Amino acid sequence: MAAAGPSVFLLMVNGQVESAQFPEYDDLYCKYCFVYGQDWAPTAGLEEGISQITSKSQDVRRALVWNFPIDVTFKSTNPYGWPQIVLSVYGPDVFGNDVVRGYGAVHVPFSPGRHKRTVPMFVPESTSKLQKFTSWFMGRRPEYTDPKVVAQGEGREVTRVRSQGFVTLLFNVVTKDMRKLGYDTGPPDTQGASGPSPQQGLPP
Amino acid sequence: MNPKEEKVKIITEEFIENDKDAGVGRQKKTPKVARQKRKKRLPTTGPEEMVPENLHFNQQGPVPEDSDTRPLSMTSRRGPRSLPPIPSASRTGFAEFSMRERMREKLQAARSKAESTLLQEIPTPRPRRLQSPSEKEMETEFGTEADEEVQRTQKEDDSQSYSRVKFCDSVRKIKPKPVVPPGFPSAEEAYNFFTFNFDPEPEESEEKPKAKNRDGMNQEEEEGEEEEPPVQEHKMDEEELLSAKDDEDFLLGLDHAAEDFVVVRPADYESVHVRLQMEKELLFVPSRLTVPTYKKLPENVQPRFLEDEGLYAGARPEVPRACQNIMENRLLTQEPGRKWFGDDGKILALPNPTKGFPSRPPVLTREQDIKAELETLYKKAVKYVHRSQHMIGSGDPSGNFQLDIDISGLIFTHHPCFSREHVLAAKLAQLYDQYLARHQRNKAKFLTDKLQALRNAVQTELNPAKPHKSLDTTQKAINEYKSEIRQTRKLRDAEQEKDRTLLKTIIKVWKEMKSLREFQRFTNTPLKLVLRKEKVDQKTDEEAYEAEIQAEISELLEELMEEYERKMEGYRASYQQWKAWKKAQRAKKKKKKQAVEEHPDEEMEEPYPGEEPVKPVPPEPTDRALVEQQVRERAAWSRRRPGEPTLVPELSLAGSVTPNEQCPRAEVLRREDVKRRSIYLKVIFNDKEVSRTDSRPLGADFRVHFGQIFNLQIFNWPESLTLQVYETIGHSGTTLLAEVFLPIPETTIVTGRAPIEEVEFSSNQHVTLDHEGVGSGVPFSFEADGSNQLILMTSGKVSNGVAWAIGENGIPLIPPLSQQNIGFRSALKRADAISSIGTSGLTDLKKLAKWAAESKLDPNDPNNAPLMQLISVATSGESYVPDFFRLEQLQQEFNFVSDEELNRSKRFRLLCLRSQEVPEFRNYKQIPAYDREIMEKVFQDYEKRLRDRNVIETKDHIDTHRAIVAKYLQQVRESVINRFLIAKHHFLLSDLIVEEEVPNISILGLSLFKLAEQKRPLRPRRKGRKKVTAQNLSDGDIKVLVNIIRAYDIPVRKPTASKFQQPSRSSRTFSEKRAASPTTHSPTHSTDYPLGQVLVRPFVEVSFQRTICHTTTAEGPNPSWNEELELPFRAPNGDYSTTSLQSVRDDVFINIFDEVLNDVLEDDRERGRGIHTHIERHWLGSVKIPFSTIYFQAKIDGTFKIDIPPVLLGYSKERNLIIERSFDSVRSLSEGSYITLFITIEPQLVPGESVREKFDSQEDEKLLQATAKFQTECALKFPHRQCLTTVTDISGKTVFVTRYLKPLNPPRELLDACPNSPQAMEELLDYFLFKQELVARYVSLIPFLPDTVSFAGICDMWSTSDQFLDLLAGDEEEHAVLLCNYFLSLGKKAWLMMGSAIPEGPTAYVLTREQSHYLIWNPCTGHFYGQFDTFCPLKSVGCLIGPDNIWFNIQRYDSPLRINFDVTKPKLWKSFFSRSLPYPGLSSVQPEELIYQRTDKAAAAELQDRIEKILKEKIMDWRPRHLTRWNRYCTSALRHFLPVLERNQGEDIEDDHRAELLKQLGDYRFSGFPLHMPYSELKPLIEAVYSTGVHNIDVPNVEFALAVYIHPYPKNVLSVWIYVASLIRNR
Repeated sequence: MAAAGPSVFLLMVNGQVESAQFPEYDDLYCKYCFVYGQDWAPTAGLEEGISQITSKSQDVRRALVWNFPIDVTFKSTNPYGWPQIVLSVYGPDVFGNDVVRGYGAVHVPFSPGRHKRTVPMFVPESTSKLQKFTSWFMGRRPEYTDPKVVAQGEGREVTRVRSQGFVTLLFNVVTKDMRKLGYDTGPPDTQGASGPSPQQGLPP
Repeated sequence: MNPKEEKVKIITEEFIENDKDAGVGRQKKTPKVARQKRKKRLPTTGPEEMVPENLHFNQQGPVPEDSDTRPLSMTSRRGPRSLPPIPSASRTGFAEFSMRERMREKLQAARSKAESTLLQEIPTPRPRRLQSPSEKEMETEFGTEADEEVQRTQKEDDSQSYSRVKFCDSVRKIKPKPVVPPGFPSAEEAYNFFTFNFDPEPEESEEKPKAKNRDGMNQEEEEGEEEEPPVQEHKMDEEELLSAKDDEDFLLGLDHAAEDFVVVRPADYESVHVRLQMEKELLFVPSRLTVPTYKKLPENVQPRFLEDEGLYAGARPEVPRACQNIMENRLLTQEPGRKWFGDDGKILALPNPTKGFPSRPPVLTREQDIKAELETLYKKAVKYVHRSQHMIGSGDPSGNFQLDIDISGLIFTHHPCFSREHVLAAKLAQLYDQYLARHQRNKAKFLTDKLQALRNAVQTELNPAKPHKSLDTTQKAINEYKSEIRQTRKLRDAEQEKDRTLLKTIIKVWKEMKSLREFQRFTNTPLKLVLRKEKVDQKTDEEAYEAEIQAEISELLEELMEEYERKMEGYRASYQQWKAWKKAQRAKKKKKKQAVEEHPDEEMEEPYPGEEPVKPVPPEPTDRALVEQQVRERAAWSRRRPGEPTLVPELSLAGSVTPNEQCPRAEVLRREDVKRRSIYLKVIFNDKEVSRTDSRPLGADFRVHFGQIFNLQIFNWPESLTLQVYETIGHSGTTLLAEVFLPIPETTIVTGRAPIEEVEFSSNQHVTLDHEGVGSGVPFSFEADGSNQLILMTSGKVSNGVAWAIGENGIPLIPPLSQQNIGFRSALKRADAISSIGTSGLTDLKKLAKWAAESKLDPNDPNNAPLMQLISVATSGESYVPDFFRLEQLQQEFNFVSDEELNRSKRFRLLCLRSQEVPEFRNYKQIPAYDREIMEKVFQDYEKRLRDRNVIETKDHIDTHRAIVAKYLQQVRESVINRFLIAKHHFLLSDLIVEEEVPNISILGLSLFKLAEQKRPLRPRRKGRKKVTAQNLSDGDIKVLVNIIRAYDIPVRKPTASKFQQPSRSSRTFSEKRAASPTTHSPTHSTDYPLGQVLVRPFVEVSFQRTICHTTTAEGPNPSWNEELELPFRAPNGDYSTTSLQSVRDDVFINIFDEVLNDVLEDDRERGRGIHTHIERHWLGSVKIPFSTIYFQAKIDGTFKIDIPPVLLGYSKERNLIIERSFDSVRSLSEGSYITLFITIEPQLVPGESVREKFDSQEDEKLLQATAKFQTECALKFPHRQCLTTVTDISGKTVFVTRYLKPLNPPRELLDACPNSPQAMEELLDYFLFKQELVARYVSLIPFLPDTVSFAGICDMWSTSDQFLDLLAGDEEEHAVLLCNYFLSLGKKAWLMMGSAIPEGPTAYVLTREQSHYLIWNPCTGHFYGQFDTFCPLKSVGCLIGPDNIWFNIQRYDSPLRINFDVTKPKLWKSFFSRSLPYPGLSSVQPEELIYQRTDKAAAAELQDRIEKILKEKIMDWRPRHLTRWNRYCTSALRHFLPVLERNQGEDIEDDHRAELLKQLGDYRFSGFPLHMPYSELKPLIEAVYSTGVHNIDVPNVEFALAVYIHPYPKNVLSVWIYVASLIRNR
């Protein structure tokens, strides 16, 4: 097996959903899940998670810190459908109903290393002013049928969204066998220098 | 002292934060504060000390600013107040910095000192903070005091506010001063600098304000002598007392105090006023007022205006005045340096904001920069095929040919702007041209010479050659010569005459012109005609002339003599004739008048030549004199007179044109008009404009010079080559003057050899001008009286040359002749002329340059000037224009592998197929990374499917027709699914976003009410389960829950002893089945039942996807289980998408078994010691519910009829007994057994929605609108009732539903088979009913295939009845439509009934009307129910559809039990077509007649055998561990029964049957049953047999019997009977 070379590559992602900036809202929690192509399969770790509810910090930053860990490993044969993390943030509205405060998605970084990503979040808008009012009143804001919609481009043209807030994510990415399968994702200079050595170091 | 001190701090704080006014008064207030403090401390301070103190006091303000310990906010707030230091900071950064440094150092030193002293003096600063209550008191106290003070200081404020304003200005002026010295300021200076801030009188010197201030202070202090000195002072005192001598030290003390001040402060409140004030301080609002110029300029500088000095200043950009003012104000305030202002006191501005040169970096400036790959790759253009005969075939690789069109110029021979003179001039020029041409050819001379030669020849012939030759030949030759001479002479005379006339006309025109010029007194044209006289020798000329005349005369005479001879002969002959005729005429004459006779005479005479006086009398002999006279006359006319000089006209342009000034107005206007006109030509090649010349002005001589060469690169053989002459007048539009058709050049004409030809053109336009111009197409005259009118049309000549270009290697670029159409050749011959390069050549500069070099183009030729310029630009390489254009520029770059490789690689292929959503690969996961890991067989299925698309496979289907149908269905399904897949990618908002509907007022009210309701109600309402979208599900997540509640009327075991009792079958009538009064059943059974014995021990087994669960065993015919069974669900291929779930075709089988305990104990003696029983299970019946129904219904709840085989050996229905005992007669209303079930899926799945694609329709638009309206109206009233108006037909078109209903003939043999027994004929009603039943049965035998399965996710598709019969598959609607159509043809009143039933959900039934009641037919089972049958599966009725109308149920209830089916009542049924919208008479989509083919019996028999064989094999397979023995005897017996069953439709033969079996197989314990199914495929049959569980018997000596019978019905409808039995030999 090893002699024949690997037939899959592995992508290990850990990190955390660090914090968020939602200037207008408080007491939010966050859900994440991964969306990936057909050639991908999670091998370890959790694909989805739901965080604690956090309140704003009292300092000027007014940050909502979750520090919610992500730890998942994928295997794949094909970079097509590279995993994306889909975030959806929820929190109570004036009446105490949980409503969505933001959706966002970002690809897991391609290159190994530590990456910080700030994801702008958005929510679907009501189709009319009246709807807006009633949805506010009823505490049932428009939501995506499936949060994973935000990771795909198809069908988005029918929606209108409003941007609100940011979520900061930290990724630590480790890949295995990507280069052996012919996918070079690292920066050109470092990869060229450091690339061969781990290969040599690997036991055959 | 501490509290006091605290208070002071507070106060100062307040002041600091206070508004500007407060700030202004601060200097005074602080002293006042100090005053307050002084109350206590007064004794320690002497008045002498006041001065320094005050000085220090003044420092109080600036010091905190410098101190680092101050909070930021404070300094920032003070910023505007302490204006002076800040600008200074910006100016003298370093100086001040160093100074500060020094001061800080000193302060540091002093502070440490002071601290130590303070520590001694003040116990600790901390405790102060604890004394807040007292502070507050003080504060309020102080507040009142402050008010007083405000009043007191009011007047001071006035003066000070004034001073403050000035202060600002003065500061600006004075401030620089301390900075100016380059050295660092001394301590003194620093002190001054800081105190300077508070100068109330800035105009005065630095010292003065201090003094003044001091005075003020002193006054104040005097006012409050008894007041306390300030703490600072106090400190200061102490410092002084100790060791402080420096100001710095004092500062230190202050600094320290300020630090303390910050520590505690009460909650601040800032009133709106204060805030506004602060904002005023913070915010800078530049004024909009115009800034006076002096502010913008250095002092004493006059604005300098460059324009006035004569320098070019350029135009300033347009900026609104207000903006400019604001900007100026801002600049003045923010950056006091006037660097932004120019000498003229205006803001510096660039004259024009646009840059004169491009700032974008040049793209690819050099040729070599472009990568070779970027260069154009020539790809052959796809040729335009349909006119291929005119095209150059692909045989020639180069393919591009070139026609060069050289357009050198254009001359108008007439133009509307021609003046009269021009007209004459043009005429003259034309005549002159003609003259020149004639002169060049000089035909007259040529002919004269020829004549001379001929004469000589005649002479020689006549004289010496006479004897030699025969007279005849000589004479002949002479005659020939003479005739030749005659001809030539005539020609010469004509020519000479023409020459002479021409000359005369030229002279005449010239004279006219001259007179015109004289008349109009100006000259328009430079034309000048000079007649040159060439002197001739008079004598020789005369001689020659005379000789010529003589020769001519003699010749003529000779000629005439001959003529005379001939005429005389002719005369004689005619005279004879005439005489004869005369005689005859005379006879006539007598009768007629003389006058009438004259005419024939004349007619007779006239044919004679008129040269001589011809008379009927002999012709006159030739008169020489006369001839001579004629000759001379002619000569005089046509020839130059002898001695007369030869006139040679010479036309020159030497004349002068009268300048404009001397011309009359009309002429000036004309000339101006001419100037305004310009001309250009368009080159039209094969009716397409290919290029055009430049527009050139029309010259005064009406000539236009173009000198342009157009190179047409052509592919097609030129069909036409046209130049269009356009004229532009001024700035108005262009007019097409004329079209000039150029000939297409011969292939021999190549560039360089082409002559310049003039092609004439003319236009038919009519122009009238209001000046001297004569216009065009309008009459004008040269005469004053307007006579002798002329009409001239615009005309002219284009001089051009058309030629074929020569290629690089000297080969003319001419399309090969072989490719020209022969018939077209002639047209080609009239080809045209061109110049050198194709038009595209002009854009391809390199090529052009090459061409220019090769063709040795004359660079000095003005014609080539633009070309040469272009070439020079191109070759010098100054600018490189990329000469290629690319649509997908880098496509090649980004093709990561070639197409071949893409096809070759298995992996890529797999990826491609998956992305194309090919069904086999749509959900393929983890496509391996290497080709070698992909099995070849992955593609096998797919390839097979592709291969088999048209091959009909009979293996699975056994019967070819069904195979074809299956194939067809498969194809329809594929196409529909493909369409659906496309539709799936169209999203609606509701697909993506869940949004609450806008609630109407009632819901809103309700929800308002809900707000008030209790959060935890005591009686919670049931909430719907949450639906799960199927995306994130996996195996094992979904379960099917089956809740078996109870069953009714399970058949009970029958004691074996009953073999002798056989009810008479004949007593039954058809009505019994329906009428629910089976009274005739013999009660004899009951006697055999031992009471108390267990009748039946039923249990239920549910199997789904081969998972089996069963309930516990209950007892009795009406068991109650109340058990929930849980069955896992697995989606096909692990694909849990909606579409995949919709296409799940598995069924849930609910089988009811009887558990039979057999005592297997052999020995009775052991009975006491052990129980040995053997459990057998006997299948009693089943209910089959398709998964799709469950999926779409979400839950199924109700009582179902158990499908019990018609014959159940060993069992009978208990109902007889019950009825016999006559209790609970209600239950027996319907025969059969029932089971109550509740089935659902956990978690609930969201059923897929049908596609909301609007299908196109051929229906009338009005009708469609009406349907939409009808449906919305209905939906508004009863949203849950099904209302159907339009359906989709199999081709995807919307069709109005009533078009499906039409009487259609049922198969004949079906009706023929109806027994015409007298019994049946007894009652007509029954007969009809029987027929209906037969038909219903036939319909139910057509296999059922739900649309939703075949067309997953697509709306219902309705096929017409013939399609349905062809396909032999359909769902409820098709069955119902067919049944309804049959009923209609049987003459029944029948309707299609849309409603919902159990378990189908929304479905279609058929309603028929009998005499007194209605019957509801289930088309899929063939069963019918009375309207009031409680066990009718139809639970609600939405609408009825008849052949001509639709009725929607608007009754309160929709259960068929409770509604009235009288559709004539508009209150109960809302009809679609009504009086307002009458039925338009829609034609039916159904065929006229159904044609039924007789089914091949042999094929059916063969199929029967095959099925039997397969089933037997299957049963053996299912019993892998046991031996399966087949009882052949029993099998044949069963086989014998089956046709009987079919004939009787499985009814009423049970007892006969049993009896017979018992007779035959008496020794066996027998359990078995016939299964009846419509035949569609083999698989359902196998499933059905499997589900009975017959094979599960594992008694060792069991034997099996299996018989299959297929009864063929017309149109290949097959009824399959399978009899399965197990036999156990009784010992």
